[in-house]
Amino acid sequence: MLTIFGIPSAVLFGQLLVGLINGAFYAVLSLGLALIFGLLNIVNFAHGALYMLGAFVAWILLHFFGIGYWGAIFLAPAIAAIFGMALERLILSRLYSLDPLYGLLATFGLALLIEGVFRQFFGVSGQPYPAPLQLTGGMDLGFMYLPLYRAWVVAISLVVCLAAWLLIDRTKLGAYLRAATENAELVQAFGVNVPALITLTYGLGVALAAFAGVVAAPVYSVNPLMGSNLIIVVFAVVVIGGMGSILGSVITGFALGVVEGLTKVFYPQASTTVIFVIMVVVLMVKPHGLFGRGQ
Amino acid sequence: MEKNKLSSYFLIGLAGVVVLIGPAVLSPYFLMKLYCFMLFACAFNLLLGYSGLLSFGHAAYFGMASYTTGHVMKNWGLTPELGILVGVMCAALMGMVFGWIAIRRHGIYFSMITLALAQMVYFFCLQAPFTHGEEGIQAVPRGRLLGLIDLSATMPMYYFVAAVTGISLWLIWRIVHSPFGRVLESIKENEPRAISLGYRTNRYKLLAFVLSATLAGVAGSLKVLSIQLASLTDVYWHASGEVVLMSLLGGMNTVFGPALGAAILVSMQTYLAQTGSWITIIQGAIFLACVLMFRKGIIGEIIAISKRISAAK
Repeated sequence: MLTIFGIPSAVLFGQLLVGLINGAFYAVLSLGLALIFGLLNIVNFAHGALYMLGAFVAWILLHFFGIGYWGAIFLAPAIAAIFGMALERLILSRLYSLDPLYGLLATFGLALLIEGVFRQFFGVSGQPYPAPLQLTGGMDLGFMYLPLYRAWVVAISLVVCLAAWLLIDRTKLGAYLRAATENAELVQAFGVNVPALITLTYGLGVALAAFAGVVAAPVYSVNPLMGSNLIIVVFAVVVIGGMGSILGSVITGFALGVVEGLTKVFYPQASTTVIFVIMVVVLMVKPHGLFGRGQ
Repeated sequence: MEKNKLSSYFLIGLAGVVVLIGPAVLSPYFLMKLYCFMLFACAFNLLLGYSGLLSFGHAAYFGMASYTTGHVMKNWGLTPELGILVGVMCAALMGMVFGWIAIRRHGIYFSMITLALAQMVYFFCLQAPFTHGEEGIQAVPRGRLLGLIDLSATMPMYYFVAAVTGISLWLIWRIVHSPFGRVLESIKENEPRAISLGYRTNRYKLLAFVLSATLAGVAGSLKVLSIQLASLTDVYWHASGEVVLMSLLGGMNTVFGPALGAAILVSMQTYLAQTGSWITIIQGAIFLACVLMFRKGIIGEIIAISKRISAAK
């Protein structure tokens, strides 16, 4: 058996893969948070709850409608996005003229509400969700065993991040979005329907969160509380990366996931706190985050 | 001014009557818990309402003070006043370090940073041996106050908690109405202007943070003596969120509004404890209702209405 620093390679690479998977979720979630924050000026506290919602919609689709993973991976984000856009129209749109703190409080309330409802109807124990048949099993790479589904999670998350970046950086819609982030009033004066753009952006952010939820469902069990601790870590990721750049949040997300995975190998006690410690260090050195822009 | 003085005497008298009659109507245990959370909420609001800083991690100071006091009371056999002192010092120290880190950023970033720091404390408490993990520190002895008064009986403990809460609330009122409190409010309204007037705003914000954390620590230490249990729920982010809701519901631009918010939420938790997740759902709904419909909170709205009535006259 191959060992590196006295640690069996299978363990090391296994944790590295878990780190990459968590990193993928951090990246997709912080990407959505950054998108929403850029245009709505709201820190979406409900992001974790919407991630959980995505996983539950997938589970419900499977159990009540017989729609499997491949259908759910498209349908669940779409359903969540419609729900999110309704929330934006009904609730968040009333808060834009106020201090951003109210947006944080309202979305915190939404998170409690969504989580409470799911806890009431599904309990706190997790519901298993099977990985699709095509992605079960794995292969032996010699230095480690690679479960196919885990490799898929990392790959598809990278693809989705890239697609989001292309959409924002290379399309006309993305150009509108970036312009509105800089100066919404001016863009509105040029005849772009900014309120619709805002609703669409929130929907896109929610769809990303729900997508992460569906992808996470076979890895972790589907559980009403799966998003609530995750979102706090994602907040720390966002503080470390700064919400200024899309690519920045993706890189930070993956990197921190890997760091967390490695900590689990070398000093397991610190694995839950390492990201927060990094946040403190980054705040000391670069208060606006690694990719952030100072005001 | 005279009218103000009169109404404050009235308030003190009313509080005294409630404290004296309370135990005859409700369980003293419940009331002690209530007083602790009233103090916690008012201490928290020193930051939110009077400095404009939304800390989303105040459970850390409350919970750590309660763990520390519980630990030293149980294992070192300290007297309660020393136990509380150690717990409060711990909260103050944490407030100093965390505050120093968090005030580097403004607005929502400040909130996210305080939340992340508090979550770090939670994970520390989950693993550290002295907290006893999921079980918590149970059967914390109350000891003898100053070596004289035995607090293990319910009523002496009740009056002790009421007295400490009363003094702390008075202190918060003094802080808000001191020149220091006025500077804080000016920072809240317009920080660049406060800076241009020559105030080192970061020092004021840090001191406000430390004071708020310290008083939250007083509440935490009192709580562990009252219910004789320190547990993970006190350091969890849910507790941080609840104290925000207490302030918002009671009225965050009033000194004692958060105490009313705390009273409502703690009563709700006590009497709806059997309903499971409905508490979370109701809390979420109240959050939304407060943010969307009455941002001034209950006391704030009452003051606004009474002002409107007297203006109409």
